Amino acid sequence: MTGKGKREAGKVLLEIKHLHATVEGTEILKGVDLTVRTGEVHAIMGPNGSGKSTLAQVLAGHPAYTVTGGQVLYEGKDLLAMAPEERAREGVFLAFQYPVAIRGITNAYFLRAAVNAIRKHKGVEELGPVEFMDALEEKLTAIGWDSSYLTRPVNDGFSGGEKKRNEILQLAVLNPKLAILDETDSGLDIDALKTVAQTVDKLRRPDNATVLVTHYYRILTHIEPDVVHVLASGRIVKSGGKDLALELEEKGYDWLRTEAAVA
Amino acid sequence: MNVADRYVADYKSFAGNGAAGAPPWLKQIREGAIARFAELGFPTTKQEEWRFTSVAPIVDTRFSHLASPIPHPGLSEIRSLLIGAGPRVVLVDGRYAPELSSPAGQPGGVQVGSLASAIRNGPSGDLAREHLARHARWRDSAFAALNTAFLADGAFVHVPAGVALEQPLELLFLSSGASGTDGPTVSHPRSLIVIERGAEAAVVETYAGLGDAVYWSNAVTEIVVGEGARAELYRVQREGPRGLQVATTHSRQERDTTLGVHVVTLGAALARHDITSVLAGTGAELILNGLYLLSDAQHADHHTVIDHAQPHCASHEYFNGVLAERAHGVFNGRIIVRPGAQRTDSKQTNNNLLLSTEARADSQPQLEIYADDVKCTHGSTVGPIDQTQLYYLRSRGLSAEAARGILTYGFGAEILDRMRQPAVREELDRLVRERLG
Repeated sequence: MTGKGKREAGKVLLEIKHLHATVEGTEILKGVDLTVRTGEVHAIMGPNGSGKSTLAQVLAGHPAYTVTGGQVLYEGKDLLAMAPEERAREGVFLAFQYPVAIRGITNAYFLRAAVNAIRKHKGVEELGPVEFMDALEEKLTAIGWDSSYLTRPVNDGFSGGEKKRNEILQLAVLNPKLAILDETDSGLDIDALKTVAQTVDKLRRPDNATVLVTHYYRILTHIEPDVVHVLASGRIVKSGGKDLALELEEKGYDWLRTEAAVA
Repeated sequence: MNVADRYVADYKSFAGNGAAGAPPWLKQIREGAIARFAELGFPTTKQEEWRFTSVAPIVDTRFSHLASPIPHPGLSEIRSLLIGAGPRVVLVDGRYAPELSSPAGQPGGVQVGSLASAIRNGPSGDLAREHLARHARWRDSAFAALNTAFLADGAFVHVPAGVALEQPLELLFLSSGASGTDGPTVSHPRSLIVIERGAEAAVVETYAGLGDAVYWSNAVTEIVVGEGARAELYRVQREGPRGLQVATTHSRQERDTTLGVHVVTLGAALARHDITSVLAGTGAELILNGLYLLSDAQHADHHTVIDHAQPHCASHEYFNGVLAERAHGVFNGRIIVRPGAQRTDSKQTNNNLLLSTEARADSQPQLEIYADDVKCTHGSTVGPIDQTQLYYLRSRGLSAEAARGILTYGFGAEILDRMRQPAVREELDRLVRERLG
């Protein structure tokens, strides 16, 4: 557990205003408001079907979701106007809840292509295979992997836990400004959760931010959030400190549904 | 005269002149084969096995047989078609080209050379007699029958028992595209590969055209893998853009063998490849692994038959197709599990990537299972680039174009990754990248 103590409020990194989104004609997000500053970790919790993953995917630019209202500003720029790859190059990263397998393409090839796409965008020299492998070594060790994972095809034949670790490896390698973790903790055993959480925690810096979308309290015992939000029926119905997460762990979500209905 | 009769007439003049020196057993096979060809005639799209592939371009053209060999290209001209620097046999229009080939005799008693001379010599003649035209089912195929009727030369590979080869052996079949007296020509490339008990070997067959003329190449390969042997057969088709190719590859595996058959189809305007793999001994394992990359108006049809004749055998079949522009890919995968072939483990997949709305793929699995304790799975897909994969790559910063390129290459790389010979895999990887741009 890493206590960050009191510090000055960072710059506004992400500002979501009255965001509405639909998938296949059904409205899932019904007016989400959220502000994330640099140096912060936000946890977004909520029952199944509340729109947590939709919010994460809309921020990353999933083509299946249609934004029907509202605005998202990232570093003051219109995030929703950017293609998914532009968002990534500008420092937005989504760790997928269900990482996608790509046969025939090794993890190493994929990671290097991603790193170089971002380096090119920043005007930094692209890395050759050898330099890249050197740079990767430390990150690989951090998540408890050896290099055999690099020669395997991307997520192909990976267990659920391996896929999640692979997302975290990408997070560590790409080092984004805004990391959104969509239920990365689901399906991980205790050891894997700890490794993943420690890796994420080590990446915390005053100039970046993390949004943890989660169903469970336990990851928050490893990564201490600054703010906890409850998303229910497509809206943030409650926000608070880390104590709110504990309260949710004890009381479940039903009391909030009632509260949301009243509101 | 109907079209088939023209080839029968050609056969008669071939048997009258060019067949001199062939042993009686071979003459007998040829006679049987031409008779069978005359009975069968060319297939039509009314026949189930030819439903998606019209051989009209072959039937409608008067292909003749080259009366005399054309001048051969120099080694420098064919260098780019060779994969390694190992032992090789080069054939031009089905005839052995000694000046382009390595010495037939290799260390360890390995032979890699001309089929015609192998037939003439004592021990190799006996081997040829034992195996040649005994495996490929020419009685069921007009094309294999025609090849067999004109059988005079080809490539011969013999790896004696217990010999492990370090380098792959290369068989290069060139079609010159030279015109005969009556216009375009046909040749009948032939391979006989005998890998004896406990041996280890890899053989690369490359079929290539030397120009952009219309020609027809009608090939047959037989490979026999003896007990406990481990073998790989690579088959690279780089025929010319107007070339027509029909081919039969037949493998037979004895007990406890491992065989990888790797097929990469890049060339020809029209290609049909029938692959029959017989698992004839218990504990045999087969990997049948193929890739077809087609564009323009290319048509390639792969018909595979895996025959589980004995229990405890495994076959894993993977064919991927990438089809651009107006290309048409056909895959038909038949798996037969004979009565008594218990504990068969068979897996078949055929995935097709369509890069344009005009490209087309037809995929048909055919499972015939006559045993009850077996594990057989099959699956096939036909479709454009997967949108979820595309989004995943883009979400990591790759442009849509780069992501499409990676996903397309992945279709090929998945097949290439199963190849065990690094030098061959790398060369094929280069060809695939070049092809995909």
